Amino acid sequence: MTVEVDPSPTFTAFAHPGRLVSTDWLRANLGTPGLVVVESDEDVLLYETGHIPGSVKIDWHTDLNDPVERDYIDGSRFAALVGSKGISRDTTVVIYGDKNNWWAAYALWVFTLFGHEDVRLLDGGRAKWEAEEGEYVTATSRPAAVDYPVVERDDSAIRAFKDDVLAHFGKPLIDVRSPEEFSGERTTAPAYPEEGSLRAGHIPSAQNVPWGKAVAEDGTFRALPELDAIYRSGAGLADDDDVIAYCRIGERSAHTWFVLTHLLGFEGVRNYDGSWTEWGSAVRVPIATGSEPGPVPIH
Amino acid sequence: MEYWSPMTRSALPESLAQIREDFLELEQGDRLFLLLEFANELPELPPRYTDHPDLLERVVECQSPVSIFVEVDENRIVHLHATAPKEAPTTRGFASILAQGLAGLTVDQVLEVPDDFPNTIGLTEAVSLLRIRGMTAMLARAKRQVRERIVA
Repeated sequence: MTVEVDPSPTFTAFAHPGRLVSTDWLRANLGTPGLVVVESDEDVLLYETGHIPGSVKIDWHTDLNDPVERDYIDGSRFAALVGSKGISRDTTVVIYGDKNNWWAAYALWVFTLFGHEDVRLLDGGRAKWEAEEGEYVTATSRPAAVDYPVVERDDSAIRAFKDDVLAHFGKPLIDVRSPEEFSGERTTAPAYPEEGSLRAGHIPSAQNVPWGKAVAEDGTFRALPELDAIYRSGAGLADDDDVIAYCRIGERSAHTWFVLTHLLGFEGVRNYDGSWTEWGSAVRVPIATGSEPGPVPIH
Repeated sequence: MEYWSPMTRSALPESLAQIREDFLELEQGDRLFLLLEFANELPELPPRYTDHPDLLERVVECQSPVSIFVEVDENRIVHLHATAPKEAPTTRGFASILAQGLAGLTVDQVLEVPDDFPNTIGLTEAVSLLRIRGMTAMLARAKRQVRERIVA
């Protein structure tokens, strides 16, 4: 049984208002049966310094990534992981984290690959909870383990691979990295190692919309008219567009995937998690440099 | 490029060898808590650096804003200072390991520390190899600063 959605008027304009909860809602609902709060951070130690009472930790790298292959964990590992955190298939999961929910959105996207139905973000994440002097505890939560069914990941709907991007040219691509990464500027000097990819620049024809633009000063998502201005009038997206978003390894673009899918209501948005660390090292794929998107490659 | 070998391993200064031993004798989960202890022990910057942020070098390979500064005193002893926000405990822990592990070492001892020391202290699984790169970059920058100081 899922927990009732946050009726906050702040969210009603969004396409899927049930995907967000406010800090007020969370304070009022902490401890409700059927609700599990998950912290997902960039910093692997932040949960240990203090977290929302009762919340469990899921780390994007050590928990959600396969330890050997560059891929996500499979259905049985996911079942074991979330079951050990007290999450059943019908649990309402609320995820929050550092850096404007950057990694929390990534965790939410991975939960979605496994078809977990009710997974939401805490609007404003850790920063807003902290700014409001929300309670933290340091003791690691140890929920009773529950059974979670083994559900195989469905990579077809919201995940894109390199070949999908090559076949996508002519349709909108959103590069959510910083303008410097997009243009291909580099700062190479001795003992200043560059990591991750062999070439700099962006996938030709991609619009550069840094992911953080979707976030207001207090860490919450911007209101719908502002998001429309950024993604529709700004980046030229239109209803029924088939969109692929990417960044460096797919984390920042998972945040943009959330905005496009759940706040703006675009259908079929895919996150290319191989992103620049794959594209920028792949042989014979087209690359554009500079601040302009560049023409659609003839393919 | 210097490769890891049993010889370089035995040549590790005692302070760094002790830190590695302390991590390796713990189970994976407890290693995170030891790293957190290090994070909490990172000393405040001396006032001369808090007043002069321009002296500090940003470690851009770390995902969080961390800056380091290396001093070499008249006895050729190295002192590493670092600052990172409390929202970045992992990065603070890395900096603290290096600040404590390099404390009191001579220039030559610091330059001989194997570049892959961060990969050998049992954190690649608990923290992930990707994040350990941040400490590797910090060590590389510290060694480069030492070389610059002794030429200057």
